[in-house]
Amino acid sequence: MSSLRVLVGCKRVIDYAVKIRVNAAQTAVETAGVKHSMNPFDEIAVEEAVRLRERATKDSKLPKVDEIIAVSCGPTKAQETLRTALAMGADRAIHVEVDDKVALQPLAVAKLFQAVVQKENPNLVILGKQAIDDDAGQTGQMLAGLLNWPQTTFASEVGVAQDGAMQVSREIDGGLETLSTKVPAVVTTDLRLNEPRYASLPNIMKAKKKPLAKMTPEQLGVDITPRLETLKVIDPPKRQGGKKVESVDELIDKLKNEAGVL
Amino acid sequence: MLRSALRFAPSRLCNQVGAQRLAATSIRAGFPRFSKSLGSESRSYQTTTPLAHATPLTSEKYPQLKRNPSFKQLTTDDVQHFRTTLPPECLLYAASEQDVHELTGYNTDWMGKYRGQSRLVLRPKTTDQVSAILKYCHDQRLAVVPQGGNTGLVGGSVPVFDEVVVSLDKMNQVRSFDDLSGVLVCDAGCVLESLDNYVAEHNHMMPLDLGAKGSCHIGGNISTNAGGIRYLRYGSLHGSVLGLEVVLPNGTVLNNLSTLRKDSTGYDLKQLFIGAEGTLGIVTGVSITTPPRPVAQTVAVLGVETYEDVQRVFKLARQNLNEILSAYEFWDNPSMDMVLHHAGDNARHPLAQAYPFYVLVETSGFNKEHDDEKMGQFLEIAMEKGHVKDGVLSENASQMATFWYLRETISEAAVKTGPTYKYDVSIPVPQLYNLVLDTRERLTQAGLYKDDKSGYPVKKVTGYGHVGDGNLHLNVIAEEYTAEVSQALEPYVYEWVEGHRGSISAEHGLGLMKAPHLYHSKSEAMIQTMQSVKHMFDPHGIMNPYKFLP
Repeated sequence: MSSLRVLVGCKRVIDYAVKIRVNAAQTAVETAGVKHSMNPFDEIAVEEAVRLRERATKDSKLPKVDEIIAVSCGPTKAQETLRTALAMGADRAIHVEVDDKVALQPLAVAKLFQAVVQKENPNLVILGKQAIDDDAGQTGQMLAGLLNWPQTTFASEVGVAQDGAMQVSREIDGGLETLSTKVPAVVTTDLRLNEPRYASLPNIMKAKKKPLAKMTPEQLGVDITPRLETLKVIDPPKRQGGKKVESVDELIDKLKNEAGVL
Repeated sequence: MLRSALRFAPSRLCNQVGAQRLAATSIRAGFPRFSKSLGSESRSYQTTTPLAHATPLTSEKYPQLKRNPSFKQLTTDDVQHFRTTLPPECLLYAASEQDVHELTGYNTDWMGKYRGQSRLVLRPKTTDQVSAILKYCHDQRLAVVPQGGNTGLVGGSVPVFDEVVVSLDKMNQVRSFDDLSGVLVCDAGCVLESLDNYVAEHNHMMPLDLGAKGSCHIGGNISTNAGGIRYLRYGSLHGSVLGLEVVLPNGTVLNNLSTLRKDSTGYDLKQLFIGAEGTLGIVTGVSITTPPRPVAQTVAVLGVETYEDVQRVFKLARQNLNEILSAYEFWDNPSMDMVLHHAGDNARHPLAQAYPFYVLVETSGFNKEHDDEKMGQFLEIAMEKGHVKDGVLSENASQMATFWYLRETISEAAVKTGPTYKYDVSIPVPQLYNLVLDTRERLTQAGLYKDDKSGYPVKKVTGYGHVGDGNLHLNVIAEEYTAEVSQALEPYVYEWVEGHRGSISAEHGLGLMKAPHLYHSKSEAMIQTMQSVKHMFDPHGIMNPYKFLP
């Protein structure tokens, strides 16, 4: 192994600053007319790929990054998310188009990625540890299983040597754990791995000219039929507002008679 | 889910700041988990005492100011009168000299520049109570300072001597909102940000927005004719306020909470109270029109080499963005340094290198694709022509908020850097930044300042503001407030502005600070007419004395 081909996942999700609402039919959260952007953990994945390349240009002992390919599975608008990844530094993008109405579940996404990996032959796949919309946190692990590659999940530091040996730190309860493995491998990113850059204007303009290929699940030969059924989506119970009391007696009275804790 | 939320929070501090802005200006309020940081961010404006430098008494700092002897000294009978006419929670009284510090929050402005010695704070809950208070004070010749969120910058909202403070903070109810016309009627003590959140539920927004939104009251905004960052697109309060409820000094209530957009009957009295700084009466209720809330917003921060380019880019923005252009702000590199230093982990430099000037462009519209295309085109042209060297474009709501944070935190960062002389002036756009350059030059020649180096009485001279409105904020940050620095700046700055046909106060008002300098902006005949108006409404001169008029 002398160089890296990196594939990164970029999911389009409801912007994390948006207050989400359950739709009227209680089948899902409302997505129409809501601001979307790239899953923050995926931004970290793109950033890490770009940093691996930047580090190699400064240090000849590190493996060169030949190509960074951004992949997104979702509706047509996922292409906006891919343009963001291209503006951040990815070289080209692949959009696996899936109709807006189809619920894409982690296993289906993992299979789509497996098919893309077999087509593109990357030796490193970096994914967010989870998407902030469904919080499933399964795609990376499933993909590693399907590819029969080693996986290092929740990475807070990633190092790759010339011979393809990898050292990955993960934050675990009570400290850091360091794993050693070898590429090809799947890495999923945790928050402290890096702080993603802003897309600069010159790069946004360049990104418009970078290639973006479109594919369908059928072309990749993947069955994306959902295996899980969502029965109902409801809001968490509303928090009751606090109350001011005038005296200690009133407080005791309320604790006894209203809260029932005394 | 909980675990991921916990892990999500700490390293994303910058976005907590973001959430604050979002709550006010963007599509939705932030996640509930941000409410804590939201609060603390807003509170920083209310922090009046814990500043590093203790605030001297205004009466000692300005010995030329003399208490008007025709005003009555507060007596225990007066206090007793208010005790019997107001509910107990509406009255704060410092019975002895030692207790005055308990009223510090009402006596001191948030920048720590002015400190009065009022012993009595009244916090009415209804218009009738305000009316009764003013009638009594009028009859008894007790001087009064109306107070809103006390976020003013010119010492207009705090007592100079022993004036009674009438705080509107307990009058904070929305009275009505019309979904069709977007007209909001509310109490004057409503906090601007709460109102914005309220109308956001109906997909509307307040026509004004400013840094102090988390603390300032709508009544104060109106009494100071506040401007802010939506001025460029939504215009002045003289246009968006449809009606006011005002209590005159003699207790008369002028109820004109009209919700009509058009009305050409009689003198438009409400206009007199917009920007009157509480010298003619107290605004207790407001009727204001709110525009539909944009659903798509984008923010770009651009690096620019010269002030000439700041203007050229503005022209391009106007031509290319047209109706979706909602803000065009600029600041200089010393302002940026200050913000980044003050923000610590909350913000980082958005561009690869420093530039002499930064421009923030915001678009607000209702069709993302359409707006993005226009923004892209504008940025492409500006880069091609070489007026913009580098820039970043927000890819998501939190980046948008982080970019705004850089601009909105300048004022606060300045005050944290040191005692700050703030000037808020209107100047024709081409000469705008020359005031900063000339002030630097003057202070350098006086030996008070040198290139932002330490060891001089003045640490920094920075400029930022609303280019689109010809409004510059000149901030001179000193080691401490001294007569030497004051004399180098005043009346120099005012004379400079007068010489360039500008206004000595664009949006901060006159207060105590600028009252004596009004003649730099207004003619003798105009000031005399203003004085007659004042005398007609307030024959005993009890309303916010020593301020506003020379």
